[in-house]
Amino acid sequence: MTDKNGFFDLSRTGLTRRTALKGLAAGAGLAVAPGFVRYSQAQSSAPIKIGFQSHRTGIGAAYGRWYERTTAAAVKAINEAGGINGRPVEVIIEDDGTDPGRGAEVVGKFATQHKTDIVYGTLFSHVVIGSAPAAGEAKMPYFVVSEGHHVASTKLNRYVLQPGITDVKSQIQAMAPWIAANAGKKVTQIFPDFAFGYDHRDYLPPALKAQGAEVIAQIAIPPTESSFTKYFPQIPAETEVIYHVMVGPAVLTFVKELGEFYGSSRPQLFGFIDSLEATDINSPGLEFLDGSHFWEGSPRYAQPDDSATQKAYRAAVGIDDNGAAVGDPKDVSTAAHMFGCWETLYVVKKAMEDAGYKGPEDRAKLVEATEALTEFAEGPEHPQGPKTFNGKIHQCFGIQNISKVEGGRLNVVHKTKIEDGLYEPEGDYTTQPL
Amino acid sequence: MKEASPAKAYALHLGVIALLFALSFVLLEYHHGLLARIMVLAVFAMGYNMLFGYVGLLSLGHAMFFSAGLYGAGLAVIHLGWSVPAAFAAGLACGALLALVIGLLALRTSGVAFMIVTMMFAQVFYLIILYFAAWTGGDQGLVVPQSGRVLVLGDTSLGLTNPTVRYMSALVLFSIVLLVTLGTVRSRYGRVLVAIRENDERTKMLGYDIFSNKLVAVVVSGTICAASGAAYALLFGYVGSTFASVQYSILPLLWVLLGGAATTLGPLIGTLFMYYVVDITSGYTSAYLLIVGIALILLVLFFPRGILGTIRQRWLGWLP
Repeated sequence: MTDKNGFFDLSRTGLTRRTALKGLAAGAGLAVAPGFVRYSQAQSSAPIKIGFQSHRTGIGAAYGRWYERTTAAAVKAINEAGGINGRPVEVIIEDDGTDPGRGAEVVGKFATQHKTDIVYGTLFSHVVIGSAPAAGEAKMPYFVVSEGHHVASTKLNRYVLQPGITDVKSQIQAMAPWIAANAGKKVTQIFPDFAFGYDHRDYLPPALKAQGAEVIAQIAIPPTESSFTKYFPQIPAETEVIYHVMVGPAVLTFVKELGEFYGSSRPQLFGFIDSLEATDINSPGLEFLDGSHFWEGSPRYAQPDDSATQKAYRAAVGIDDNGAAVGDPKDVSTAAHMFGCWETLYVVKKAMEDAGYKGPEDRAKLVEATEALTEFAEGPEHPQGPKTFNGKIHQCFGIQNISKVEGGRLNVVHKTKIEDGLYEPEGDYTTQPL
Repeated sequence: MKEASPAKAYALHLGVIALLFALSFVLLEYHHGLLARIMVLAVFAMGYNMLFGYVGLLSLGHAMFFSAGLYGAGLAVIHLGWSVPAAFAAGLACGALLALVIGLLALRTSGVAFMIVTMMFAQVFYLIILYFAAWTGGDQGLVVPQSGRVLVLGDTSLGLTNPTVRYMSALVLFSIVLLVTLGTVRSRYGRVLVAIRENDERTKMLGYDIFSNKLVAVVVSGTICAASGAAYALLFGYVGSTFASVQYSILPLLWVLLGGAATTLGPLIGTLFMYYVVDITSGYTSAYLLIVGIALILLVLFFPRGILGTIRQRWLGWLP
């Protein structure tokens, strides 16, 4: 091939063949010389890169904001204590827009452009399910903080793990004994007519039945509904407990209209705090909730018996005694869920240390090391409480809190045991190839 | 407007296909994966362009055709265990059938009413997906298992999860649809569609059956969108109701407007542009949609007919 334009002419760049060869030889020499050892060590102290798939925009933005704050606090604590395997942790954030299509692209971007060691931090279940195939194909460990039952259902793949927050099925099962014993035996469920609501629709009746109580009516409300008055006459008169899991901006209207419907004599109310995460419990219209009970993963309000580690955790993530941002009482946190970010990062740290994790080539080892974990003791790394982990279904199990709305705050009145939320595994991820 | 000779038009399009083929070997891994996705979604935009660009019918419900293909193919693999070609055909059939039914009903209207009717039907389709959550996975969606995403050709098994296979599959689909679109718009039928867009009364007076021509265009457009949806399910392994939401009806409209309505390559350019603007700007700010909005305003100001549409108007009148 001719080279008329001198494209391959090294002299054009001021290089001769001789100097080029010298350069190559010097480079090769450098690679085998003792000096290179130092360079290798520098490589191994390069940061562990964690790709954070964050809901910065879209429906999950309020959660995303607090997930980011909690993650930053946990990473700061981990780095101050020496990082992971002596390497600092670096978090790279990409916004998924709370959209499953974009979520899958973001996982691809972490795997192939940022070349992160893991992907982490997703909450909304449709984004997790939409992103899971991309994570599995890229063989990218994907640590979610999602609460959904989809991970434990073993319908995803071996690279998806949820070691830092319990799943909805477990939470519902753990609530049932308390509801039956303290609130009432005849329960009417009101839930949004989409997946989050379906978990409650499907798992609550058998859980209550096992406790000698029953669901006497299930009222599904379309997600587009903005007024609820027309549904309330469907609530049977003999209802002792209304179990509600409404989410989204309509929840304030829902509570207000329920209050207008019942006046001063109402059945017991039991809800999941998901409805009111990042919402001030003292917002106008929520007075009707006074005296009602809520599930909380981790308590929003500081409790008199808070452990030292719980106090330290709250200080680290920057929430005050009311569960709002320090210095901004209106910026209410998503306390019931965001602890999962903190705990998941510490599980990642433990698993990476167990696996002797060095880089992306050890990702499969990291998955196996996580699967081998069985218990997480309560402490600075797990401030919400002790947990067990089932490596076959990639899901942790822990305690749950039941809180009562009293005097404009949520006071914990009952803590469940880990065993209350255990159920038979539905499959086994460890049989899948890595 | 000058007309390109067939050789020139086909040479340009084959050149674009050859370029996309060549890019497969030089692109960095991330952009390789992203371009595969862009090609699949550009097919969606091309299907939309067929109706919007050439017939002048602005639909706000094309997400239903995309998701008909998505669910048609995805659910066939998940629940029935069908092979990839059979599932893809099922996706196409779902899209074509739905487009026929929607076309028969919606084409009784025109203009703003057509927009509203198509949007309403798409909303119904979206709610049906949520209603039958036991089969569709509702708003959470379902994963199409990796084991079902294997294309068996004779003795060869090609895993659609392999990046190269995925890229090439997307390119094959894109190429076929691009050439079919080009052939269609240059055909007698394509000219009738443009005539309907420009002046349907006059076209009617010339003896053409407006309704049936439009109906065929709706079915072709819906089927192409369904092909994109079916490919998305099989190549990327996820079906979910988000893809049936109104957002996914507006996206192809934006892609087409950006790239240039009634240009054959505009949908690709528009999709590519939007994807990269979002991808790059989201790295800098969470207000990236604001930047996308500003970019769109600038484009409307300086490229009122979209990128390729304006280029055709000002410089390259022969562009198909």
